[in-house]
Amino acid sequence: MSAPLFSVEGLSVALPDPNRKPLFRPRPMVEILHEIGFEIAEGEVVGVVGESGSGKTTLGRTLVRLIDPTGGAIHFAGTDITHRDDNALRPLRRDLQVIFQDPLSSLNPRLTVGRTIARPLLFHGVAASASEAHDLAAATLEIVGLPPAFSARYPHELSGGQRQRVGIARAIALKPRFVLADEIVSGLDVSSQAQILSLLERLKSELKLTVLFISHDLSVVRRLCDRVIVMRGGRILENRPTGPLFDHPEHPYTAELKAAIPLPEIDPDWLAAT
Amino acid sequence: MSAPFLDIADLSIALKAEPNHRLLRSVSLNVAPGEVHGLVGESGAGKTMIGKTIFDILPHAVTVLAGSVRLGGQDILTMRHRDQRQLIAHTSALIPQDPLTALNPVRRIAGQMTDRLTAILGLSRGAARDRALQLLNEVHIADPERVLASYPHQLSGGMRQRVLIASAFAAEPKLIVADEPTTALDVTVQKQILRLIAEMQERHGTALLFITHDLGVVAKICRKVTVLFGGSVVEDTDAESLFAQPKHPYTAALIAATPRYDRPEDSLLPVPAEVIESTWQEIRRADAAWAEARR
Repeated sequence: MSAPLFSVEGLSVALPDPNRKPLFRPRPMVEILHEIGFEIAEGEVVGVVGESGSGKTTLGRTLVRLIDPTGGAIHFAGTDITHRDDNALRPLRRDLQVIFQDPLSSLNPRLTVGRTIARPLLFHGVAASASEAHDLAAATLEIVGLPPAFSARYPHELSGGQRQRVGIARAIALKPRFVLADEIVSGLDVSSQAQILSLLERLKSELKLTVLFISHDLSVVRRLCDRVIVMRGGRILENRPTGPLFDHPEHPYTAELKAAIPLPEIDPDWLAAT
Repeated sequence: MSAPFLDIADLSIALKAEPNHRLLRSVSLNVAPGEVHGLVGESGAGKTMIGKTIFDILPHAVTVLAGSVRLGGQDILTMRHRDQRQLIAHTSALIPQDPLTALNPVRRIAGQMTDRLTAILGLSRGAARDRALQLLNEVHIADPERVLASYPHQLSGGMRQRVLIASAFAAEPKLIVADEPTTALDVTVQKQILRLIAEMQERHGTALLFITHDLGVVAKICRKVTVLFGGSVVEDTDAESLFAQPKHPYTAALIAATPRYDRPEDSLLPVPAEVIESTWQEIRRADAAWAEARR
């Protein structure tokens, strides 16, 4: 087994408390993550599940260093990135890509789809010229199942599912070593969600992506992830391979989460069962 | 079986600017007292539009072309405005999707709950407050006094939804329309809220129209189901047969497209383009026939 791509030890994060706003002093900090530790191997798809407020989004954002940790250490591909500043992180940004939940707010409304995907390719030197970047962008659109002609369109001209494909294309065009996917199918209808999930399953096997997949939907996580981290109150309750975790949850909270999912089948006892 | 309380018949709605392009296409739907009826569809199918018609709060740009919406036998679309508001207020209530926007952020819960009781039931302020306390107890809020004294932002999402459920049942309505009431909630809270809605509905014998996009939720609380696609009803059946043997290919495809944690090895099938296309063809044929009949 080679060294893990990500290794996280004793990670703590505190953020300003949004509920308290003293007039003169700075906002008091609340601790969101409490000494978290785990590893992600190259080529692994790791799911993070938990309810709102469990710290799953904060965890993802801290890993790609959009948030500064207050304690602990994050190693990415052997380098310590815990306290690197923005300048020192820049060469690593290509390998730390993010797909956001809401593609409408994470895609620039004034850029065509083609330019949205091509820009980072030029910025990171993946493409040498604008025309090369444009070709690469068109090729990536095909990979995510959109016709290359979509290059000329603007985000508002696309459906929710198509926009999310563009978000995925922008991230994978750079051939990153790591992708953070934060609730990327939760805003979609059942039919477009199924399409995006099939796409992700295909990309996972074709591109051998390493992904941290944050979701509140256990059914989605079960399909896609090799391993699952269950979070609650800023702590990891369980971190195990997907099959065993679902078949025999060790933590009662995992079992509770599982039992709360309404499956599309008639079960008169479900509502009453706790 | 008792007569349906809510009876929507052949309802067609269109934009005023484009009367030939229907948004709801001859929709019929009825819900009897004591019945939980699911209204399912993807975004844009017209679910919320139906909900709005029941309260006659459609946007101004939209007009009813044909059909009727009866509450307890009276068609609200042809009534005098004053009588209509009276009828709706006394017989129907809404549980909305987003409790934060449904509650006034600058008023305490107490005032918001009692307004309704004094206006509709004619209770005195003191009696209204007692009734509000009793209702909050009924929705299992442990410290109703504190909740009454709170502003909406001081309550959690699940708590706010409990307050709205309590308010919806306050005037003993005959019909409750719940529009995606648990979509914004965490799964464990969703389960508690579903249980609460089912319990209240059963105790009060209310007719409940439950609007949702989640087939899982439908399977757990609805007895009857109407499936919408493109503003028209593609299937109207009881929940048992919907899940055991869906009649319409779109319904079958929708069920197959829902991921399930208990069947990870099944391949997930997106709704096939042929199914979407053939369903639209059906709709276009019905549109043509409808336009012909209206000449």
